[in-house]
Amino acid sequence: MDLTFTDAEEAFRCEARAWLGVNVPATPLASLDTPGGFAQHRDWERCLYDAGYAVVSWPREYGGRGASLIEWLLFEEEYYAAGAPARVSQNGIFLLAPTLLEYGTPEQRARFLPRMACADDVWAQAWSEPEAGSDLAALRSHALRDDGGWRLYGQKTWSSRAAFADWAFGLFRTDPLAKPRHRGLTYFLVPLDAPGVTVRPIPQLDGEPGFAEIFFDGVHVPDGDVLGAPGDGWRVAMATTNSERGLTLRSPGRFLATADRLLDLYRRFPAPALRDSVARAWVDAQAYRLYTFATAGRVVGGGALGAAASLNKLFWSELDVRMHETALRLLGARGALTGAAPEAVDAGRWLDGYLFALAGPIYAGTNEIQRNVVAQRLLGLPRERR
Amino acid sequence: MRFGFSTEQRALAATVREVLAAHCPPKLVRAGTRRGELWGHLADLGLFGMLAGDLGLTELDAVLVLEELGRSAAPGPLLETAFVAPGLLAAVPSLAERWLAPLAAGKVAVSLCLRPDQYAVDADIADLCLIAVGDVLHLGTPLAAQPGVDGARRLFTLAVGPSVGCGAVAAACDRGALGTAAQLLGIATHLLEMTVSYVGGRRQFGRPVGQFQAVQHRLADVLMAIEFARPLVYRAAVSLSRRAGSASLDVSAAAASTIEAAELAARAALQLHGAVGYTAELDLHLWLRRVWSLRAAWGSPEWHRGRVADLLLL
Repeated sequence: MDLTFTDAEEAFRCEARAWLGVNVPATPLASLDTPGGFAQHRDWERCLYDAGYAVVSWPREYGGRGASLIEWLLFEEEYYAAGAPARVSQNGIFLLAPTLLEYGTPEQRARFLPRMACADDVWAQAWSEPEAGSDLAALRSHALRDDGGWRLYGQKTWSSRAAFADWAFGLFRTDPLAKPRHRGLTYFLVPLDAPGVTVRPIPQLDGEPGFAEIFFDGVHVPDGDVLGAPGDGWRVAMATTNSERGLTLRSPGRFLATADRLLDLYRRFPAPALRDSVARAWVDAQAYRLYTFATAGRVVGGGALGAAASLNKLFWSELDVRMHETALRLLGARGALTGAAPEAVDAGRWLDGYLFALAGPIYAGTNEIQRNVVAQRLLGLPRERR
Repeated sequence: MRFGFSTEQRALAATVREVLAAHCPPKLVRAGTRRGELWGHLADLGLFGMLAGDLGLTELDAVLVLEELGRSAAPGPLLETAFVAPGLLAAVPSLAERWLAPLAAGKVAVSLCLRPDQYAVDADIADLCLIAVGDVLHLGTPLAAQPGVDGARRLFTLAVGPSVGCGAVAAACDRGALGTAAQLLGIATHLLEMTVSYVGGRRQFGRPVGQFQAVQHRLADVLMAIEFARPLVYRAAVSLSRRAGSASLDVSAAAASTIEAAELAARAALQLHGAVGYTAELDLHLWLRRVWSLRAAWGSPEWHRGRVADLLLL
């Protein structure tokens, strides 16, 4: 057990802190769910890329700097401590990229990863459908064999960033007769400006089009844009979902920064009745950090994250909600003010953060499903009869 | 950064576990047999010397062993004697000379009352009772039995006797809180395992009750509470062993989270065992009682979070 960092790790952290201290925009960017805000966030991604900070953990040949998992975690801590913008590229760089590195052909990696790293291509996920949410394997969107590729038909929904993104990745049924139904699915990469694609933005709780429906009407996708083998899409997709629930999407840095800001908020708006909740938030953020370092150790040692990713997802998503609830309680009536209100505290960011946090227990597999996974795969309880 | 234990540390804990499995059956806990043969077996293992810090062993080496002590629900003032008292005694030369050697050999039991709200465990069978008034340490004598919820942790008030020295009380309290947290990790894990096993076997409506989501989700929450308290305990052990400036903060973070995880585990275990869990015939209650008895023994979760808030300057 050694909880210290190497000199190289500390040096990397200091270098990142110094760069972020100078380069993080002084005024927050507009919401990335607005057209203008999306463009600002894309520019910020390019700024990160030019400085070598967009995808620190990737191999150098694709635009990264080959940082270790620990270094990446330290970078994330510095990134959020500096109050840097949300990552508009996150679906691509954190979720699709690990899958591309594991299942993609060399040609696919070379074609997609560098453009993703510099945000020339921003990616959206296309998993859920109107009749397939938690029960993803019930999806009906399908692909038919076509000259040199496939034609996609169907509808995807709740697709984050899709209103403004360039590409989407998702599952389509290529063998309607396959049993069980998890077989016969194929993982496709699709440009959102392809003929036959229609994107309909959907306003979220905050009123901005943070996600969209995507309609596919005979969209041609060449064989070269299938990720993994046809029919093997479920297995390939599960790699992404474990990244999403586990380490890469929500590293501890984000929650440590929120906890620190909550401490600061308490000092400005002290309410003795909430002191215990504030201390609990700080403790829980520390717990998530330490748990993640333990997980990182196992992953570096060759272990798989597996179903433990579900435990991760439950913890960070519910911690995020608790912290923001506590913040809004500290603010009392001002907690209900948006950034447009003259008396809003911190430009309404706690309310924005609360609304954002509330999505956490729903996306990436609802927490009800995660609790099933934990109970059945980590505790070994019997699967329910369906 | 390597957040994990060495092979030696794990092997030591495994050995302790085997000895406890062999010599500390529920029957012994139920009888509340204190010291007796069990202490002899643990002494043969060198456990008292190890926990006292012989051979340069630290809190970090002790923490997995303490987890095993918790899991076994071993009766008697083991934590107080083996893990907390040595630091106190070492700070007072006259006590150190008289007591440290027999303590490390497992020959004596020590009962402690170091916090203002604390009861001394098994003071009636202890060879040495110590009571702190502020930072001043006094000899104590058992004053009155205060029967508690756990028959294997018998509680007493102490009368304050002559003072014997100063210092080390705060550090001893941190060790007590860490040791309690480690024990509760072991207890909570055991409660979860017992309950998972029970609901997997118990059938109602033609299926194991463990198949119902209401049951599964509750146990998933228990696992989450335990697994996110665990690294806090290990971190606190590292901090204490390094004499880090953050040690008290880390200990309180660990204690608050672990105590509540154990309470959650106890509550779920009782509820999911149903009526049979409410009987004294099933052994389950031995671990439930230990959770309830340890809850505030070295500071309640509320007290520890209050200290976290103090140290964070809230």
